[in-house]
Amino acid sequence: MNRKLFDYVERHNFIYDLSGVTKFLCFMIAGAAVMFTYDIRVMVLVFLVSMAAFLMSQITFRQIRLMVIYVAIFMVMNILLTFLFSPQYGVEIYGTKHVIFTITERYTLTWEQVMYQGSKVMKYCAIIPLGMIFILATHPSEMASSMNRIGIPYKATYALALTLRYFPDVIRDYQDISVAQQARGLDMSRKEKLGRRIKNVINICVPLIFTTLDRIELISNAMDLRGFGMHKKRTWYCAKKLTVADFLALGICIALLLLSIAMIVFVNHSRYYNPFI
Amino acid sequence: MSDKKPLVTFRDFSYQYFAQAEPTLHHIDLTIYEGEKILIAGASGSGKSTLGHCINGLIPFSYKGESQGSVQIKGLETKEMSLFELSKIVGTVLQDPDGQFVGLSVAEDIAFSLENQCMPQDEMKELVQKTAGIVDMDGLLNNSPFELSGGQKQRVGLAGVMVDNVELFLFDEPLANLDPATGKTAIDLIDKIKTEYNKTVIIIEHRLEDVLYRHVDRIIVMNEGRIVADMDAGALFEAKILPPLGIREPLYVTALRYAGVEVTKDLHPESMDTLAIDKVKDAVCRWNAAQPAPKPRRAREEILSGTDLRFAYNRDQDILKGIDFSIEAGEMVSIVGTNGAGKSTLAKAICGLVRNVRGQFYFEGNDISDLTIKERAQHIGYVMQNPNQMICKPMIFDEVALGLRLRGVPEEEIREKVEAALKICGLYPMRKWPISALSFGQKKRVTIASMLALNPKILILDEPTAGQDYYHYTEIMEFLRSLNESGVTILIITHDMHLMLEYTAHAIVVTNGKILYDGSSVHALTTAKIAESASLKLTSLYDLAVACGIDDTQGFVENFINYERSLRESERSGVREA
Repeated sequence: MNRKLFDYVERHNFIYDLSGVTKFLCFMIAGAAVMFTYDIRVMVLVFLVSMAAFLMSQITFRQIRLMVIYVAIFMVMNILLTFLFSPQYGVEIYGTKHVIFTITERYTLTWEQVMYQGSKVMKYCAIIPLGMIFILATHPSEMASSMNRIGIPYKATYALALTLRYFPDVIRDYQDISVAQQARGLDMSRKEKLGRRIKNVINICVPLIFTTLDRIELISNAMDLRGFGMHKKRTWYCAKKLTVADFLALGICIALLLLSIAMIVFVNHSRYYNPFI
Repeated sequence: MSDKKPLVTFRDFSYQYFAQAEPTLHHIDLTIYEGEKILIAGASGSGKSTLGHCINGLIPFSYKGESQGSVQIKGLETKEMSLFELSKIVGTVLQDPDGQFVGLSVAEDIAFSLENQCMPQDEMKELVQKTAGIVDMDGLLNNSPFELSGGQKQRVGLAGVMVDNVELFLFDEPLANLDPATGKTAIDLIDKIKTEYNKTVIIIEHRLEDVLYRHVDRIIVMNEGRIVADMDAGALFEAKILPPLGIREPLYVTALRYAGVEVTKDLHPESMDTLAIDKVKDAVCRWNAAQPAPKPRRAREEILSGTDLRFAYNRDQDILKGIDFSIEAGEMVSIVGTNGAGKSTLAKAICGLVRNVRGQFYFEGNDISDLTIKERAQHIGYVMQNPNQMICKPMIFDEVALGLRLRGVPEEEIREKVEAALKICGLYPMRKWPISALSFGQKKRVTIASMLALNPKILILDEPTAGQDYYHYTEIMEFLRSLNESGVTILIITHDMHLMLEYTAHAIVVTNGKILYDGSSVHALTTAKIAESASLKLTSLYDLAVACGIDDTQGFVENFINYERSLRESERSGVREA
């Protein structure tokens, strides 16, 4: 039974020991670095750095399997749809046309299109490992504090912590209610017609909403009684102090961002790197 | 008392919630002094929780209503303070140890209040470590709430207010969610706070006997929004204030009354340890000897049994490790044991609510192991602890009819069956009411009625009386008893030793996924070995019997129960005749 929202596994290595703030900032900065540019060289570099970080983190494939499947489905859809709707966009951007093969006149695959779509895929590939690191290698307790420290109001980030805390409770309530209703004859299996099944889910949701509302009243009382929201700021028990390693990681990411900007401004004079001229 | 400084003072204080038609508190005058240990007792709806809210500041800051008179804490009017200022003086440990656990780990939850006060991290870590040590949780700082027992969560809740160095601790029904043995340690811990750290302690609880196991300075008894008694335990028992109010006196006190002993202050009846046993011994022995021998029970046919039941949620953790049991038709059985022992899982396995259970179930001699949840529900009904988790229709009739409608029973027949079920549950006059108009106990009956409509031969109830005061407890249990007399076999999962003793002759004690004991409830609760290993608590009747030199402790407890039952029955028939 999956009772926790994220499968956090305690490990100790360079990446895990970084502060949550660093991981979050690195994700954002590196994200910015590949956001604007279509220079595949920059993106490959960012990809290599983030893959290296990912390998260093020792996160296992089992932990990310589901996420990888979703991302892969998303990317394949993205590739197909882009080609379907704008098969000649690459030609437009790069200004040349090197045909690989022709299906119809409109759907002619060109090296330019491959370059354009390849760059787009690379954008995601470069940034996803860093996102996974933030989600999987940051202790759940540290997430709220990390996001608060870069300026998001603590009341908002604490909502995230509360979600992590109470999500499994709500799931358990759902399971309890669901079995109790099944005992009364509610069929949740595929044997039942879809319309009926949706109606049956409502029969589970009504009690779930009421028990959850009760829980919310209790939690907000518990928080009020211990002074939540007293000051504009709050400190965090779990926040990690920044170390040399954090500054090193941040330095690398900032360097990548600067490189990306420099390539746009001084080398390519545009967001695109054009190998065809 | 005059040399003591008052900490909390109520002066002619009345309070009415905006949502309610009647005031909840009427003209309260009450002073609580520094260093006192106070028990506030009262039936549900007596206003004891509201009184607690007025002390910790949830009234007036979180709940809205109208008040008259004054509430002062350390000489300041609470309504002129803020909830935060108050939280530095009054620390509250709420009833539900799970819901109030806000942090993702033990350490974070203890630190929660300090974080809100912007305490620097180093200081915070030191203080958390120290405080966790006081409640014996320092070895589990990084554990998540899912890995803790109810008692441990409550300790964390306590530590979470201790870090603030508050002067007054307010415990809102601290025993409600704990098994008996854990409850006993909780009371010990509260006592330690009072004596070692010299704090003021207020406990709101209706389970008097369990709280009085450690000394309490004063007991304040609430009834219908008023304070009806404010005295020490001895005087309270002497004045016989509790029985008419729906609050249960300790069992040994009741036993003394049955034995014809005039319970006075001088006997020191506040706990078994202080009781002047020599003065009551003879009377108790005389009474015991005069009781008629109980009628032998006749054996009945088996209705449900299980053989070698095994179950695991995942591979490394077996929840049920080979359980065999047998239930006779028409029995009332309690399933008891520590939290996580597997008793709830066993009940769910019987109903088919958990899958992949290995072993065989037999119902009236037929193997039902392969039947689905829905099919088993025709024979065995399951009633959850919290009725809010079961009710999903706005109207009573529809709620009770739901199971039949889902089975496609013709509407004519549904009406007949639902009305019959409602009559049994005493809800027939309310059949057209919306559910929202019902009290907790009535909602419980609705959930039972919705099971009865399916005409099961067995009902399984999960903690039917949790959080109920003696009056409502009796109401629910007497109802179940009458149901049982009409032929329904009843299985109850419970923590409540009184319930087990009074209502269920047969007990199944589950520990660690196995059956530790299967037999007489009285025997289980008068045998130290069984009680200890299942985190049960020996009844105080046992202690009384031992103290009086009665050898047959089991017989004494049985006599008590039979005597009490005969009293209740003659009372009931008296009411009927009048």
